[in-house]
Amino acid sequence: MISVKNLNKSFNGNSVLSDISVTFETGKTNLIIGRSGSGKTVLLKSIVGLHEVDSGEIWYEDTLFNKLDFKDKKKIRSEIGMLFQGSALFDSLTVEQNVRFPLDMFTDKSPDEKKERVDFCLNRVNIINANKLFPSELSGGMKKRVAIARAISLNPKYLFCDEPNSGLDPITAILIDELIKELTEEYSMTTIVNTHDMNSVMEIGEKIIFISDGVKCWEGNKNEILSSDCETLNDFVFANALAKKLRSKEK
Amino acid sequence: MIKFLTQIGLYFLLLKKVFSKPEKPSVYYRQTMREFVYLGLYSIGIIAIISFFMGAVITLQTAYNTENPIYPTYLIGLGCRDSIILEFSSTVAALILAGKVGSNIASEIGTMRVTEQIDALEIMGVNSASYLILPKIIATLLFNPILTLISITVGILGGWTAGTLSGVITSENFIYGIQYAFIPYYITYSMIKTVFFAFIITSVSAFQGYYVEGGSLEVGRASTKAVVYSSILILLFNVILTQLLLS
Repeated sequence: MISVKNLNKSFNGNSVLSDISVTFETGKTNLIIGRSGSGKTVLLKSIVGLHEVDSGEIWYEDTLFNKLDFKDKKKIRSEIGMLFQGSALFDSLTVEQNVRFPLDMFTDKSPDEKKERVDFCLNRVNIINANKLFPSELSGGMKKRVAIARAISLNPKYLFCDEPNSGLDPITAILIDELIKELTEEYSMTTIVNTHDMNSVMEIGEKIIFISDGVKCWEGNKNEILSSDCETLNDFVFANALAKKLRSKEK
Repeated sequence: MIKFLTQIGLYFLLLKKVFSKPEKPSVYYRQTMREFVYLGLYSIGIIAIISFFMGAVITLQTAYNTENPIYPTYLIGLGCRDSIILEFSSTVAALILAGKVGSNIASEIGTMRVTEQIDALEIMGVNSASYLILPKIIATLLFNPILTLISITVGILGGWTAGTLSGVITSENFIYGIQYAFIPYYITYSMIKTVFFAFIITSVSAFQGYYVEGGSLEVGRASTKAVVYSSILILLFNVILTQLLLS
């Protein structure tokens, strides 16, 4: 479980996150949704410690993460897997080396054990016969899947995904969403996904928070989101023409 | 002025991170071997070509500027040797490497920054500064003196080739000249300068890349800044080291 309490963050005096409080539950796919520039990525990066927060608390179980020094943070970070918007695979390493990297860095496994784990992770995300390819030789969807394989290679307790299906076609996007949901349940991870894709919201949103202009406006799940009274959330949810049409029919 | 001091402060803070204890020495060792190839072995070609022609030009210019019966011709070999050892193979070669290696380092690390690869390392709990920069510093500190020795050898060979083919000096006189009044300390002086310059090139370029913000345009700018700042610092430290080591 990850809890955020009264979190504030600003850049050069401009407030980006204001008094955010939320609890992300274990074994569930938690979604942070909002428009582009609403502060979703800053919130996610603050939770993992890539941004120093101005004030507030970030708790991983019963550890106050944002007050730890670099050494102690490393222990928590070894339990974190993260999927970045652009995949962030290491360009100079092959697919296999990318997935093996955390194992090389943080375990004392033998080369055979590492190979076995790498193959398992790659099979789990349906990457076959691509071990020797470099990231530049992969499609967008494959890159995301390899990045997921790298993120789960150390059996993380926490999985963070920043816009996991941006730039993907709708079918691949659904496959990635399903994979994240399956892995979350399989490993009982606390998963936090940043997205502005309503398909993802309706597909995997077990717990959802909506952020607008750095303020948390709404909290609920995928069953409650369509019947919310929150005006800004409704503007976001029913933004596309089809949704507008359906909504007017419903009214 | 405040911006300048902030940059200096950031540079030393980065160095502190770079020289902290490596997480997994075996991974760093592998990374260092890779940097030996990319930053060292792949620079041999350009250093050899430039050294050969510079040696040739130095010999010809020395010959045409000492066309006087008072001066023995072996001085052409001596002039070529000392110019190459004292200045060309350490300083000029360092300026060339600042262009090749420096821009390479800044753009590689800068691209990793803007594509969130450095963030990915940090999330895993890896000290990204140390993992990315320390192997490059070790590789250049160890390999650049070898490049300097290659440059000296090839430069003198270029001088001999140009001198004998153009007929300005005989092979015997040139060889006598490069052996005449040889001071071994000059090699030490050249090596010390090379090590300093290697550190400047790698650390300054890595600093420029590591703190890039933005996109590809900023990576390009960082790469240019890496070459410019490294070159200026090389020239500045050349004066300081020459005064300290030869006075």
